[in-house]
Amino acid sequence: MATGVAAWLPFARAAAIGWMPVANCPMPNAPGDNSKRQDELIILNISGRRFQTWRTTLDRYPDTLLGSTEKDFFYNEETKEYFFDRDPDAFRSILNFYRTGKLHYPRHECISAYDEELTFFGIIPEIIGDCCYEEYKDRKRENLERLQDDQEEIKDMKLPNMSFRETMWRAFENPHTSTMALVFYYVTGFFIAISVITNVVETVPCGSTFNQKDMPCGERYTVAFFCIDTACVMIFTVEYLLRLFAAPSRYRFMRSVMSIIDVVAILPYYIGLVMTNNEDVSGAFVTLRVFRVFRIFKFSRHSQGLRILGYTLKSCASELGFLLFSLTMAIIIFATVMFYAEKGSSSTKFTSIPASFWYTIVTMTTLGYGDMVPKTIAGKIFGSICSLSGVLVIALPVPVIVSNFSRIYHQNQRADKRRAQKKTRMARIRIAKSGSANAFLQSKRNGMLSELLELTGKDEEEQKSMSLLESQHHHLLHCLEKTTAHEFVDEQMYEQNFLEMALQTFPSHSPSTASHDSPAVTCCSRKERRNTPLPSADLPPPHPSSAHQSTLQELSTIRIHCGDPLLHSTSRSNLNMKPDDSCRINSKSGRITTAIISLPTPPALPSDGDGLHRPPKRRSHPPTGHPVAPSIQTTASSAGINIVKVSAL
Amino acid sequence: MDSRRVVTVSARVDAAVSSTDSVEDELELSTVRHRPEGLEQLEAQTRFSRKELQILYRGFKNECPSGVVNEETFKDIYSQFFPQGDASTYAHFLFNAFDTDHNGSVSFEDFVMGLSILLRGTVQEKLIWAFNLYDINKDGYISKEEMLDIMKAIYDMMGKCTYPVLKEETPRQHVEIFFQKMDKNKDGVVTIDEFIDSCQNDENIMRSMHLFENVL
Repeated sequence: MATGVAAWLPFARAAAIGWMPVANCPMPNAPGDNSKRQDELIILNISGRRFQTWRTTLDRYPDTLLGSTEKDFFYNEETKEYFFDRDPDAFRSILNFYRTGKLHYPRHECISAYDEELTFFGIIPEIIGDCCYEEYKDRKRENLERLQDDQEEIKDMKLPNMSFRETMWRAFENPHTSTMALVFYYVTGFFIAISVITNVVETVPCGSTFNQKDMPCGERYTVAFFCIDTACVMIFTVEYLLRLFAAPSRYRFMRSVMSIIDVVAILPYYIGLVMTNNEDVSGAFVTLRVFRVFRIFKFSRHSQGLRILGYTLKSCASELGFLLFSLTMAIIIFATVMFYAEKGSSSTKFTSIPASFWYTIVTMTTLGYGDMVPKTIAGKIFGSICSLSGVLVIALPVPVIVSNFSRIYHQNQRADKRRAQKKTRMARIRIAKSGSANAFLQSKRNGMLSELLELTGKDEEEQKSMSLLESQHHHLLHCLEKTTAHEFVDEQMYEQNFLEMALQTFPSHSPSTASHDSPAVTCCSRKERRNTPLPSADLPPPHPSSAHQSTLQELSTIRIHCGDPLLHSTSRSNLNMKPDDSCRINSKSGRITTAIISLPTPPALPSDGDGLHRPPKRRSHPPTGHPVAPSIQTTASSAGINIVKVSAL
Repeated sequence: MDSRRVVTVSARVDAAVSSTDSVEDELELSTVRHRPEGLEQLEAQTRFSRKELQILYRGFKNECPSGVVNEETFKDIYSQFFPQGDASTYAHFLFNAFDTDHNGSVSFEDFVMGLSILLRGTVQEKLIWAFNLYDINKDGYISKEEMLDIMKAIYDMMGKCTYPVLKEETPRQHVEIFFQKMDKNKDGVVTIDEFIDSCQNDENIMRSMHLFENVL
């Protein structure tokens, strides 16, 4: 339960009166408020600075240092205050957490000091409020990275038990992990450079031989260039295959951009090998060679900056698109105008609107090649307007795009961060929430255990002591259960029961209490069976009453009858009954009858809803239904019959 | 509660004021601060002692610094007590039961008056309060539809994972049982007299009315 609203628990409990007229079963009893303390001021002395607050404020979070009895260790008898030798400045935010329920991270604090304070006072950092959480996580991550940088050499030691494949992949991704990786990194870089340079030099005219023509070097030294190309492609192929082999997820690797670039870079060579050098396909072949230039993109593995640039371009696609669109609009407009303006003049270069596109683009980007110039006056006027507006159209969006670049870039980074953080946060919150739901179920089991102990009078095992708040909250949930005559169970039990109910029609009753079912109270009668293989019981073998003879031969069952006691008179007659007034004042009806197993081996029982609450100890069967031990009173039979009847409310 | 002082930082918040400018509306709503009546008056009007009122107010003000609870906050707070189910429908009915002057917000006076009845009132008063809770349209009769709504809201709070498994017709059956018990003249509605009569004849209910007396 979120103890931040602990103050509203009295209200929630009072509102439960609204369920009472609707309920058909009697309600369980309220937990007593044993420690009826007056709300007092507590003085907290943190290294000399005194803070004061109410005790109930601190009690809101019982699993922290200040909210639990752990603070008693710091109690100073002489001065009647709690003394902590910690940082008073950091304590401010901690105390505010108790007061407001929100934990804030003060920005001027050092992150590790703050973390230490949180750990000391038993507060988990995940509950830092949304306003400060991002800052906190960022600082924490920075700090971590800073610490990590120092330890990098230590970390880079080869981890034992890494398979050969994993080592290779690691070598590929982080070149500085081993010398081999570094060598590989530089070799591939070198060959990429060689390949690119070769492609470039291939086309340079190499100086004339005795032929008149100036041949490009590629055609002069065909063999040499072919050898270099082959060598490069071989290296690239080997590298690609090695990466493919080492990749942890081959499918994902093959889909990644870098691998596509790799493939595109080496494919033309192989296609060229396959295709013969005949005239028809040589055109296509030439086109393919263009793709060799993509090898230069392989450098992006070697350069972080290239990768960032590619990413930002991708993320600013919409801005770029807008720029393109507006430019296109302007080009079309001005091309049309120029065409019609220059239509009249003779031998004009503006032969069509598309032909005018070239002029418009050259003018708007202020290139001004001069291959097309307007000759008419109108043309010149519009031409100047075109160049002026070109400056504006281009100059305006570009800074917007640049600033968008940086904004979107940072935003993307932050969004990724937040997404990653959110998952863990939500998981943690979910766990806490389900923890509170499970706490109720857990306490029910514990409640049964403790009643069992009371019953047998053995010494107490350690009980999970619940705070008053928790016991009251559990009582509230218990009342709801009684009102609706249904129980809370956890997920697994629910699935189980659901399946079983689908298989069976109706759970069969144990013959011993067959008499109890009256139609009017079917909504209330709840049956609970438990399979309890008995260890050697410490109890004397029970002598069951005649009505319960058959139960001895079976496993124990517990029936809870909520309803008119007159209808159950038969089941009561054989039991040892003590007058009710010795029990709770409020209870007249509702008997919980238990039978005790004495058999060492449990026979098979038609199982239904098998053992909802398996008790940790299997001895006698305690009555269920009361999470709070002290409010249950049991009456033991005087005749040594270990059949107990507990009045249940 | 007519003698309530409502202090606002900007203009008054009047239910009757029809402001045309929605921006002003928002400004007004966001700056509503509510100060309750004095401690003596509240002490006189409720059955709580001074100290109890102090504790209640401190808790109230801590959760709602502005001094009033609106329905969303109310639902939020109530839902935290029932993590497994959905408490919002029942919280809605509760809110209407506490908001006695139906102005859409529960002030501290409303809160404390309601609590006074529930925790310190006579059994008669508690039953009347419960009747008002069930009577959704406040017409003096509980019809089967109203009871079904309430019942569904209660069962919603249980959530999905229950034993035995909640079936569709369980609330309806429960309503039938309720009407069998309460509707004496079998006319399909329960009046307040029938309700109080039937409850007073039912031991369980009488006993459970005293259950939460020592809550504070």
